[in-house]
Amino acid sequence: MTLDPEQTSFLFGRLTLGALPLHEPILVATFAAVALGGLAVVAALTYYKLWGYLWREWITTVDHKRIGIMYIILALVMLLRGFSDAIMMRLQQAIAFNGSEGYLPPHHYDQIFTAHGVIMIFFVAMPLVTGLMNLVVPLQIGARDVSFPFLNNFSFWMTTGGAVLVMMSLFVGEFAQTGWLAYAPLSGSQFSPGVGVDYYIWALQVAGVGTLLSGVNLLATIVKMRAPGMTLMKMPVFTWTALCTNALIVASFPVLTGVLALLTLDRYVGTNFFTNELGGNPMMYVNLIWIWGHPEVYILILPAFGVFSEVVATFCRKRLFGYTSMVYATVVITILSYIVWLHHFFTMGSGASVNAFFGITTMIISIPTGAKIFNWLFTMYRGRIRFEVPMLWTIGFMLTFVVGGMTGVMLAVPPADFQFHNTLFLIAHFHNVIIGGVVFGMFAGIVYWFPKAFGFKLDPFWGKMSFWFWLVGFWVAFMPLYILGLMGVTRRLSRFEDPSLQIWFVIAAFGAVLIAFGILFFIVQLVVSFMRREQLRDLTGDPWDGRTLEWSTSSPPPAYNFAFTPVVYDHDAWWDMKKRGHERPLQGFHPIHMPKGTGAGAILSALCVAFGFAMIWHIWWLAAATFALTIIATIVHTFNYNRDFYIPAAEVAQTEGGRTRQLAGE
Amino acid sequence: MPRKILRLLALAPLAILLSGCKLVVMSPSGDVALQQRDLIVASTLLMLMIIVPVMALTVFFAWRYRQSNTKATYDPDWHHSTRLEVVIWAAPLAIVIVLGAMTWVSTHLLDPYRPLDRIDASRTVPEGTQPLVVEVVALDWKWLFIYPEQGIATVNELAAPVDRPITFHITSSSVMNSLSIPALAGQIYAMPGMQTKLHAVINHAGVYDGLSANYSGAGFSDMRFKFHGVSEAEFEQWVEQARASGNTLGRPEYTELERPTAREAVRRYATVAPDLFHAILNRCVDSTKMCADEMMRVDARGSMGHAGTYNVAVREGRDNGERGRGPAQTYVLAICTTSDPYGIRQTAAAQPTQQVN
Repeated sequence: MTLDPEQTSFLFGRLTLGALPLHEPILVATFAAVALGGLAVVAALTYYKLWGYLWREWITTVDHKRIGIMYIILALVMLLRGFSDAIMMRLQQAIAFNGSEGYLPPHHYDQIFTAHGVIMIFFVAMPLVTGLMNLVVPLQIGARDVSFPFLNNFSFWMTTGGAVLVMMSLFVGEFAQTGWLAYAPLSGSQFSPGVGVDYYIWALQVAGVGTLLSGVNLLATIVKMRAPGMTLMKMPVFTWTALCTNALIVASFPVLTGVLALLTLDRYVGTNFFTNELGGNPMMYVNLIWIWGHPEVYILILPAFGVFSEVVATFCRKRLFGYTSMVYATVVITILSYIVWLHHFFTMGSGASVNAFFGITTMIISIPTGAKIFNWLFTMYRGRIRFEVPMLWTIGFMLTFVVGGMTGVMLAVPPADFQFHNTLFLIAHFHNVIIGGVVFGMFAGIVYWFPKAFGFKLDPFWGKMSFWFWLVGFWVAFMPLYILGLMGVTRRLSRFEDPSLQIWFVIAAFGAVLIAFGILFFIVQLVVSFMRREQLRDLTGDPWDGRTLEWSTSSPPPAYNFAFTPVVYDHDAWWDMKKRGHERPLQGFHPIHMPKGTGAGAILSALCVAFGFAMIWHIWWLAAATFALTIIATIVHTFNYNRDFYIPAAEVAQTEGGRTRQLAGE
Repeated sequence: MPRKILRLLALAPLAILLSGCKLVVMSPSGDVALQQRDLIVASTLLMLMIIVPVMALTVFFAWRYRQSNTKATYDPDWHHSTRLEVVIWAAPLAIVIVLGAMTWVSTHLLDPYRPLDRIDASRTVPEGTQPLVVEVVALDWKWLFIYPEQGIATVNELAAPVDRPITFHITSSSVMNSLSIPALAGQIYAMPGMQTKLHAVINHAGVYDGLSANYSGAGFSDMRFKFHGVSEAEFEQWVEQARASGNTLGRPEYTELERPTAREAVRRYATVAPDLFHAILNRCVDSTKMCADEMMRVDARGSMGHAGTYNVAVREGRDNGERGRGPAQTYVLAICTTSDPYGIRQTAAAQPTQQVN
């Protein structure tokens, strides 16, 4: 797709009909499928008269539970797109030998690997993590919602807005062809003059605002809204990891915003921050992007560690081993994650002392991580282990993640990294820790907290099928990549000359197919569980005999979470309450103060998406208009004083009475 | 018994597959790469000391403490043991201390910028040895190798005599690349406007793969070359072969070469303009442009001030083929002097392009 820089009009900027990929059959077919699917959804919503319900109960909701669920739905939808990219890459790399070009020219392939990375990190892993934290943390600390419910809604829609921009790039224009971090000078206007990098920038800026605000929100919530008696050292471990994760978000995402803003200035205004000429320095881009990038991966893994802590304690029917040590390990990891970023570019030639320093700090981070693994291990020791699906994911994690950790330490030795950097060994390592750690942790968390969110458990048979196909599929897909890395094969190649490599790529492609089945069975699990929901119903609110406060509520909890704020005396507050023979208070209810939903979040985000689109295509009048409208809408929203309401005491009594009857088995 | 045989049989295909593939990182042919390999093996073994027991314990505990095994001790409130915590933190710490010490030492010894002090494990570099200097330019999407001592250059073919230290001076013409020859010495980034260095030596004759290890655009997959480790005599022959080609690599030829193309065949040049690498590194092959080192010297003295804003011109942006043309670029013009009235280092054949009064 050629972009003629001369071809701009006032009305459409540089957008022309040539931006539609009508000559790319894969994209035309994808668009047809997406359009048909979208129409089917619209038709169903109209037929079942659900538009009002959708607007009132989901789009405008400020309820953290609903927002958490929406984050996870967004992530699972984007997982399908990100995984399609992965399958396409595996197929190309399996066949592009012996003079064959494969079926993807570099122009297309290079967008695919860029989109795969961007989508998986920003629109699958981040929403999964944010979604689980949103859903669970207020319940775990005995709060009724997060500190800033409207901000929560706005953050979700901004994240979705970023995803919308990325998906748009598939059908209007193109995406970046730079890799997921868009290194300068390749991402500068000289070498990437098209719209691709601009889609990348604006999608991440919009989503980044959402993430940053979400970080502020959850940080304030955990610091300020814990139930009385829940000191920091009595918080559940998942809440501790959420606290550290959000501290990481707040301290690192501004760096991403800043570096992308500098790149934007380079591209739009002609500054020279990261260019080759006039004083620019691309090495600065690399440093800044990784100063964000390394805390980012700890943002992804810490909540997964938190999930495992909760799951292991619950399904081993035993108190978590070494709580204090777990907390300190989490905090140490958080702090250390800021002083390792250079290990992503040892090969940039920073000198031996600098390289060695960062290599050693990277190794030091493996000590608290290892301590956590041992603590889970010793929680299993002398426990009574139930192999429910979340526990299976946890054991799969413990066996898979440690291999990734080992290869990470191998990569942390700079002279070794001179061989491994940017090879498939590196790719295998980070997929090892992200899939084995983050993805397995998120699936464990989804299955664990699903009954709390929806009132019925997930079907265990399909859950186990999904787990086994993911576990085996991961090992079959990525172990060959370690071998290929040792054979000196670099990343991001779309065709090969050495025929002896092909067998490994074929095996890896087969592994990707197994993972595809894992994803399929996960979807089947959701469908089957919905159909069988009466048999899988959770009537007690505590289907796993849990230990933390969220299990003291009904499944799903009422909008207000807790009729009375619980008082906490010990770790594992719910376990403690059960041991003491706690009884739910049945009278003396008060009216409960609740925040009201609003459409402002969705509207503002839509305006931001329109602004991003206008900036991408240089439609300056639209950019100015949407920018102005966004400011105006924000100001108008501040005059909306109709933000709250009270749930009358009688209604609370009625809801609680209903739960009493449910618990009595009626 | 049958299960053990089955397990061995299951592993057999893996062994067959592994025997067929050349793990070049594990069996390199250059001394630096060999030392890197030894580090990889050592760090793997150190890490396995933790990983193997952890994986074994995970499987063992999962099996032994399963709910149905009522014979196993159940101790639901046991959640703390100082002794165990000390071991849990101390064992990885001990390994990290050992690995950290190895890292500090080896990172300094194997610093790509550090001249070699050994040819291989048993021989040091003899006194007065002159390393072979190769100047490397990463282009889109091919590699240019300039041999300043021999006065020749090649595209997509590198050769060096066995057991003679090589010093690479590396830069790029446009975007970040990475000079990577796994059999020789790993890699180091090639960056525009900057020079990196790599010191290496090849210990065994052979043909080895070279590539770019940092994605650089549409033709990235074709940025491959062969590195020939040869005897001294064969190296002289190879140099003669280049001289016999009769091609000249001057500024006009380089400007032509710099245009984005992929799948370039091997090309050899008999003569190279003497200051070409300096011009490439300082981004002034176009002699109307001010060289970056000149610019830095001017700026170090306080810059030209307001007068400097008159000393600029505009040229069209880079043609990226399918990916479009970049925006027009402003650049600083070379300053002419009485001894060099047409700007710095202009070739005799070219016409004067700019006169500043």
